[in-house]
Amino acid sequence: MAYDYEKHIRPGKLPHIWCPGCGHGIIMKGMIRAFEACGLEKNNTAIISGIGCASRMTGYMDYNTLHTAHGRAAAFATGVKMAKPEMDVIVVGGDGDGTAIGGNHFIHACRRNIDMTYVIMNNSIYGMTGGQFSPCTPTGALASTTVYGNPDPTFDIAKLAIGAGATFVARGTAFHAAQIEKLVAEGIRHKGLAVIEILDDCPTTYGRRNKFRSVIDMMKRLKEIAVPVAAAAKMTPEQLEGKVLTGVLHKEERPEYTEQYAQVISRAKGA
Amino acid sequence: MSGAKAEIEIIERNCKGCSICVEFCPTKVLAMDAFVVKVENADACIACMQCELRCPDFAIKVHKL
Amino acid sequence: MAKKVALLQGNDACAQGALYAGCNFFGGYPITPSTEVAEVLSIELPKRGGKFIQMEDEIAAMASIIGASLTGQKVLTATSGPGVSLKQELIGYACIAEVPCVIINVMRGGPSTGMPTGPGQSDVQQAKWGTHGDHPVIALVPASVQEIFSETVRAFNLAEKYRMPVQVLYDEIVGHMRERIEFPEPGELEVINRTEPTVSPEDYKPFDPSFGDVPPLAAFGSEYRFHVTGLNKAADGFPTTKANLVDDEQRRQIRKVDGAQPEIELNEEYLTEDAEVIIFAYGSTSRSARYAVNEMRKEGIKVGLFRPITLWPFPEKRIAELGKQAKAIVVAELNLGQMNLEVERVTKGSCEVPFLGRVDGEPINPGQIIDQVKEVK
Repeated sequence: MAYDYEKHIRPGKLPHIWCPGCGHGIIMKGMIRAFEACGLEKNNTAIISGIGCASRMTGYMDYNTLHTAHGRAAAFATGVKMAKPEMDVIVVGGDGDGTAIGGNHFIHACRRNIDMTYVIMNNSIYGMTGGQFSPCTPTGALASTTVYGNPDPTFDIAKLAIGAGATFVARGTAFHAAQIEKLVAEGIRHKGLAVIEILDDCPTTYGRRNKFRSVIDMMKRLKEIAVPVAAAAKMTPEQLEGKVLTGVLHKEERPEYTEQYAQVISRAKGA
Repeated sequence: MSGAKAEIEIIERNCKGCSICVEFCPTKVLAMDAFVVKVENADACIACMQCELRCPDFAIKVHKL
Repeated sequence: MAKKVALLQGNDACAQGALYAGCNFFGGYPITPSTEVAEVLSIELPKRGGKFIQMEDEIAAMASIIGASLTGQKVLTATSGPGVSLKQELIGYACIAEVPCVIINVMRGGPSTGMPTGPGQSDVQQAKWGTHGDHPVIALVPASVQEIFSETVRAFNLAEKYRMPVQVLYDEIVGHMRERIEFPEPGELEVINRTEPTVSPEDYKPFDPSFGDVPPLAAFGSEYRFHVTGLNKAADGFPTTKANLVDDEQRRQIRKVDGAQPEIELNEEYLTEDAEVIIFAYGSTSRSARYAVNEMRKEGIKVGLFRPITLWPFPEKRIAELGKQAKAIVVAELNLGQMNLEVERVTKGSCEVPFLGRVDGEPINPGQIIDQVKEVK
């Protein structure tokens, strides 16, 4: 049977606003399958986003949805989760939203290890505003504000998340469509803050400027650069040059924030 | 006799013509018709679901026969 | 039975008022001179099963309370001028998304770090104009420890009733001084909760104007599911750029406060009936003003005090009337001219509006006010 995505989408909201070939739709579908696989209940789930192309996802999903301000999704989500720990909380957004203007909220959500799943769609650019460089734009790449080549070093979102204390960190790509579901589902099942970075394509504002002839070229590049962690373990540094690791990159058990706060309540009531 | 393993439904209203489905179909079932995808070689479909899985636009449903 | 009384600091009274109002979520960030509000609630909220979270910055604190409010909690944050500046973007978000929340601003000098331990009343226009765009504003300015308690309760009531952020502004003097307070018994002060929807979940629209200017608000995690955005939206909560829908929504939001001003407005008038000169003062400055009025009355000078407790919406009608009655309305405040502009605007030249301001970290004393009043010809 064809997959019933419509069950999770608000009636009449498609087609979505994303450009032809944009991977956001592929990621949204992977997330929907993960929600289904994890049995998330619509009424008991909140999906929270910031501002940008990726953050428009909340408008389509038939859940409790909160389309917040630029960069602030993780902070709004922390309020929701803290107030109602029994709810499943999903955060979605792009690389600029999450790691530039929202960088502080991102690292502190990781540090608290609050039980949320943060899917960050990394297309290496600010798409909605027309292609300005983000902290995830490769050094040397062209953007509307780096026409002479991007002088900035690049964030490795997964390393940033691990360094900040996220207890589940994974990476996939928009090309590896089936894997998105598995990574997001594992992130949802994980107790604590799960960060799932999905490398994505922006054919409109990144691809054209950076000599990708088509959407297909961008998809093929995602295929070429991705190396599963198990395979990478057998490769030399030279072989790994220019590659990115995919799969579950980090997983650990650490006390979860709302459970820790439940203990604060117990201690306060006993005092 | 048709060899198709599935019937492919195109939701034209949602299709933006990115051609990802055309490119990644292993048996070349699909083709572009101006800015919308069409089923060109239905018999060749092996029901691998790649087009449905990869379509960013919720524009393809693959109904296995 | 005798009432429970205590000698309490203003900030502590704010926290106690919040608890009385049913606050069960506080998100904050430390900043002088407001920090005691957070400290008290970090102790008291968990005792009641409530939540306290210290966020990574002021913006996050504001975000956290909006998120928590959407799950049905009664929420509070407390800060000072620089913190309010950071929160402004999300105060605007709470306005357009119509999310009840209370923001305490314990005012110090400024701009920037200014004089963190000194008093100020320089944020009163910021409360009105600080965030971008057109939006309704309610701001309350208590002048005593007792009133900080009751106005914090009222701020929650107004936030919940009108589905919007409400700011409580008091200067550092009122925030840090200790006074006797009588705790109201439960039920003695009105406590209002937000109106929740009664329609079926399929029919629920979070901004449905058919329920009046303040549509019922459901909670995330209930049987209602809905979308919230900072974009201009239609009644169903989804973004729209349709001119008439955007206009309707924007005007409804302004109307919900404009139309309810008689309910929201609260002033105290002291000896204004026959006053030829009226002193307009709020917060700690109004305490000096009251003393000055008493002193001058002993000398036979016909002077009175107008003290707004609701600063925004501004008491336009009453000030216009007083402007016709009095020769002058002397505005005294701890800034270099803010609310005097509003008094000038509404009195339209019907009286003099002499201004007395101070920004050196010291309170305005009664002698300064007396001198200013006596200068009125």
